[in-house]
Amino acid sequence: MTATHDAAPTGSATAGPQRGGAARRRAAAGRVPAALLVPAGLGLLFLVLPLVGLLARAPWTTLPQRLTAPGVLTALRLSVQTATLATLLCLLLGVPLAWLLARVEFPGRRLVRALVTVPLVLPPVVGGVALLLVFGRRGLLGGWLDDTFGVTLPFSTAGVVLAEAFVAMPFLIIAVEGALRGADRRYEEAAATLGAGRWTTFTHVTLPLVAPGVTAGAVLCWARALGEFGATITFAGNYPGRTQTMPLAVYLALETDLESAVVLSLILLTVSVGILAALRDRWVTGP
Amino acid sequence: MRRPRTLLAGAVALAALTLTGCGSADDPPGDGTTGPVTVFAAASLTEPFTALGRRFEADHPGTRVTFNFAGSSALATQITQGAPADVFASAAPGPMRTVTDAGDAVGEPAVFARNQLVIAVPTGDPKGVRGLADLARPGTKVALCAPQVPCGEAARKALDAAGVRLTPVTLEQDVKGALAKVKLGEVDAALVYRTDVRTAPELTGVEFPESARAVNDYPIVALKSAGHPTGAAAFVAYVRSPAGRAVLTEAGFQPPPA
Repeated sequence: MTATHDAAPTGSATAGPQRGGAARRRAAAGRVPAALLVPAGLGLLFLVLPLVGLLARAPWTTLPQRLTAPGVLTALRLSVQTATLATLLCLLLGVPLAWLLARVEFPGRRLVRALVTVPLVLPPVVGGVALLLVFGRRGLLGGWLDDTFGVTLPFSTAGVVLAEAFVAMPFLIIAVEGALRGADRRYEEAAATLGAGRWTTFTHVTLPLVAPGVTAGAVLCWARALGEFGATITFAGNYPGRTQTMPLAVYLALETDLESAVVLSLILLTVSVGILAALRDRWVTGP
Repeated sequence: MRRPRTLLAGAVALAALTLTGCGSADDPPGDGTTGPVTVFAAASLTEPFTALGRRFEADHPGTRVTFNFAGSSALATQITQGAPADVFASAAPGPMRTVTDAGDAVGEPAVFARNQLVIAVPTGDPKGVRGLADLARPGTKVALCAPQVPCGEAARKALDAAGVRLTPVTLEQDVKGALAKVKLGEVDAALVYRTDVRTAPELTGVEFPESARAVNDYPIVALKSAGHPTGAAAFVAYVRSPAGRAVLTEAGFQPPPA
C-alpha cells in the first residue's frame, strides 16, 4: 500500500521541479505545523487501527493449524497467480491506452478518459454483472466465443483474471498517464528530430522515461487485483482451486468462523505487504 | 470489543429515547409500540419480510422497520460482533445457535416457518431436469450454495440422501447468488428454496423427493443489543401471528411443526 503514496510524488516531482523552491526551504527550516501534524496523525491512526484490530483478534495459539488447513494455500496461490496475470494483461493493454490518452489528440478524448475511470466508481458487483452480460453464455460476445472457439469464461480461472483486470486497470492507466504528462517531452522531440519513428521513440525513449510511473501503477494495479472480491464472485463464481481467491475464502470463512477469517485476512495482508515492500526496494525508486 | 459496543448501544439507546419522546403524542391506543425496529433476516426472507414490514408499520403507526438481508451466518457474525439489531430471523438453527450461545438473544428462539429445496431451472426446462440425478449429467452446469450457509448445508444433505455426487461450477455465498446465476442463464440449474423460485417468473421449480430430508426450520428471536425491546417483541409476535403466517404461506413457506 505504501507504493500508493509514492506514485504521486514521482509524477508531480517531474511535473514542477521549479515551483515553490523558496517555500519548501522555509517549511523545511520551521517546525511542522500542528494544523498539518494532527490531521496527519489521525489519518494514519484511522488507516492503521483496523489492522491492529485484526492482530488483536488473531487466534495466535491455533495459528499453525489454521495456516496449514486445506484450501488456504490453494486460495493464496490462486490469488497471487491471478493478480499477477491480471497485472500483465493491464500492462499489455493499459500502457498503450495511457500513451494514447497522453500523447495523441483525438476527438472525444475527454470522454474516453472519463470512460476509463468507470470501473473505479462502479460497484465491483455491478462490474461482475456487466462482464456476465458481455462474456456470459447469453452475453453479447460470450455466445460467439463459445460457438467459435469453445471458450467459456464465467466460472473459470481466466474469468477471475478478467474480473480482476477490469477492476484494476484504471489504477494503472491513471498512474501511467500521469507519468507521461509529467515527463519532459523534449527527449521525445529530440529522438524524432534524429529520425526515430513513433514506435522507436516509444520503446527507446518514452518507456524508460516513465518506467517508475509504470512500475508504481503496476504495483497499485496488482494490489487492487489481489483484494478483488465483488466482480470475481459475480463473474467467476466461487469454487475452491478454480475461482476461490483469498478474499472469497475470507468472506465464506466469515460465515461460520470469525477467527479463521481473521487468519486468512492476515495471511493475505502479510503476503501482499511483503511482495509490495520487496518490489518497492528493487524497482520503485523514491524521488 | 466491549467498550465500543457499550458506546454504540448507549448512542442507539439515546436515539431511541429521543425518538420515543417525539412519537408519544401520536401513539396508537393499542400496545404503544413506536420507534425504529431493525430486523436482520436471512436472504431467503427478503420478499415476505419486506411485505410484512410494511403491514407492521401500517398496523403500528410511529414505527419504522428497517431490514438487513444477507446470508444467515454472516448476519449471526454481525450480531455477535455488536451490530445494533433488534430481531434476528435465521434460515437455519445453526446461525441462531451462534447468536444464542453468545448471549445476545432475549428468551428462546421460536420456529416460525419451514422451507424446502427445489431445483430451479429456466421455464421450459431446456435440459430436461427431472430430479437430482439429472444434475450430475456431464455438460450440465449447476450452482449450489456454499456448505457454510444454510441452503448449502441443505443441498449437501439432499444430495447425500439421493446418493448423487456432482461438481457444481460455483458455490455461492447465499441463496440469492445461486438464483441470480440461473436467472442470468449462466448455469442450467441451481438448488434453491422453493420460495426463491416463486419470486422469479422466468424460472420453474422442479420438486424432488430427497428435499424432505433437508427441510430448513426458520427460527426468530428478539435481541438485546439495540435496545428496542417493545418494538422487537411486537415484530416477532407479528411474524408468528395468523396475519404474518398468511404472508409467509403466500410466499411458499410451510407452517412450523405443530
